[in-house]
Amino acid sequence: MANTILAILEQREGKLKKSSFETASVAAKIAKNLNLTVVVVAIGNDISNLEEVSNYGVSNVTHFKNNVLSNYSSSAYTKIITEYAKEISADYLITANTSFGKDLAPRVGIKLNAGCLVDCVKLDVQNNEVIATRPIYAGKALMETKLNSNIKLFTIRPNVFKPEENKVEYNLTTKNVDNPDTSTIVSEFKKAEGKLDVAEADIIVSGGRGLKSAEEFKLIEELADALGAAVGASRAVVDAGWRPHREQVGQTGKTVSPSLYVACGISGAIQHLAGMSSSKYIVAINKDKDAPIFGVADYGINGDVFEILPKLTEAIKLLD
Amino acid sequence: MKIAVCVSHVPDTATKINIAATGNEIDQTGVTYIINPYDEFAVEEALRTKEKEGGDTQVVVISVGNDANKETIRKALAMGVDSGILLKTENKMDSFGIAKALSEEIKSQGCELVFMGKQSVDFDNQIIPQMTSALLDYSCVSVVVEFKLEGQNITCEREIEGGKEVVSTKLPCIISAQKGLNEPRYASLKGIMAAKKKTIEEKPAVETENQTEIIGLKKPPAKAHGRILGTDSSAVPELVRLLREEAKVI
Repeated sequence: MANTILAILEQREGKLKKSSFETASVAAKIAKNLNLTVVVVAIGNDISNLEEVSNYGVSNVTHFKNNVLSNYSSSAYTKIITEYAKEISADYLITANTSFGKDLAPRVGIKLNAGCLVDCVKLDVQNNEVIATRPIYAGKALMETKLNSNIKLFTIRPNVFKPEENKVEYNLTTKNVDNPDTSTIVSEFKKAEGKLDVAEADIIVSGGRGLKSAEEFKLIEELADALGAAVGASRAVVDAGWRPHREQVGQTGKTVSPSLYVACGISGAIQHLAGMSSSKYIVAINKDKDAPIFGVADYGINGDVFEILPKLTEAIKLLD
Repeated sequence: MKIAVCVSHVPDTATKINIAATGNEIDQTGVTYIINPYDEFAVEEALRTKEKEGGDTQVVVISVGNDANKETIRKALAMGVDSGILLKTENKMDSFGIAKALSEEIKSQGCELVFMGKQSVDFDNQIIPQMTSALLDYSCVSVVVEFKLEGQNITCEREIEGGKEVVSTKLPCIISAQKGLNEPRYASLKGIMAAKKKTIEEKPAVETENQTEIIGLKKPPAKAHGRILGTDSSAVPELVRLLREEAKVI
């Protein structure tokens, strides 16, 4: 029998997350290169869009079901995935490097005696081995690395691997879970204000000290709204209490790689640049022509954010 | 109760990172080291828990590395931690090796509650707390921004995409600290003086074979220098056009 790769999907509130399709697609690709069988696993109660995963080249889906497991439980999920990986003798495991994947993967890795390479931005197969590239020092350097363990576990950075459509047959196996170990369990999800999270957004509009005050951040929010973007912030404004920490981009905040990053009134401290310079396109708006942010920007306007932002928002709103 | 807090010694976040000639490590020239920023939140939460629990609660700081790590251990001692342990190694351990060494020491110290920073800002793995807990069969809540201990019961809030999860669990437990958990105290002069008198116990780290192998390090591709489109809002139409037609991102 061919060796097996187990792709672990993530559902939230009964729906697979976008990163799960990326996981499935990457698993299918690695499977093709290494001649592996792909098995996909999801844990939860009802998952409305589970079948959609078969649009990305994976057929065999196992759904572990129990109504208390609609919420994440590190204890129960670790046990279920570990036992299932042993049952199917998985040689590779893969999941997304989301809050869920980051929390779960290392626990499963230890229980299976599998090495973990997390937050991979590139996975290449060379001489029958998976070579991973992952950013270190918040992206100030890239590391090429591989695993020497028998069982290998990888997590992939969300938004980096584009899922490739390839509709295949859908074979679902549902397994009911009796008495899951819920000694550690999420009892409640407190949704944050603001619509989008910087870690998941395709466009981010970030503001820095150049905005002068917390109130003036409405200019950032308005542009973000017009673009359907998430609001980000520099460390300086988070430390000043203008914005919550979850919006902080940079080495002690979040490392992001959106398609478009608009930096407004951000000079570009080395820690900030590390966290966002892997964005596909960067726009900088800053009064100081020597600001380091212009060094990483694709397009810049060397001017006053208070004059430029309202006009930019207006222009975006006029687009169809 | 005995509480452990684990700390790592990392390059200052303001440091420029260059690759050494060997190609598989960073160039140490001009690199200054600090306590891992997330570990300061871990130390603070350990101290607050000790103050709340009272009695004979003790906090021990543990670090894996070489003599240089003593500086970071001293920093924790100066903040108020009672004692320090350096698990010595000259080898470059991977996360698994560090988790293994920490778990052995936590076990032998009999610590039922452990705080760590959510990740070290060098390799950014964010996996050691969870790995250590799995090795010890402790519970673990990662990326915690609120922590409450009542008897054996723990209630935490952990930060995830788009909000916070409220998590309930029990001791023994490892908590990984996220920024926002607390405001770390500054070491007082008295604390710094007292830390000089505290002993740091040194013992060899339990060595395990690495599961990961570094092939090489490189700098990220340099960005082509961008275009300055103007100095005021008259550049907006051109910016919008480029984003739409050239970059195709809006």
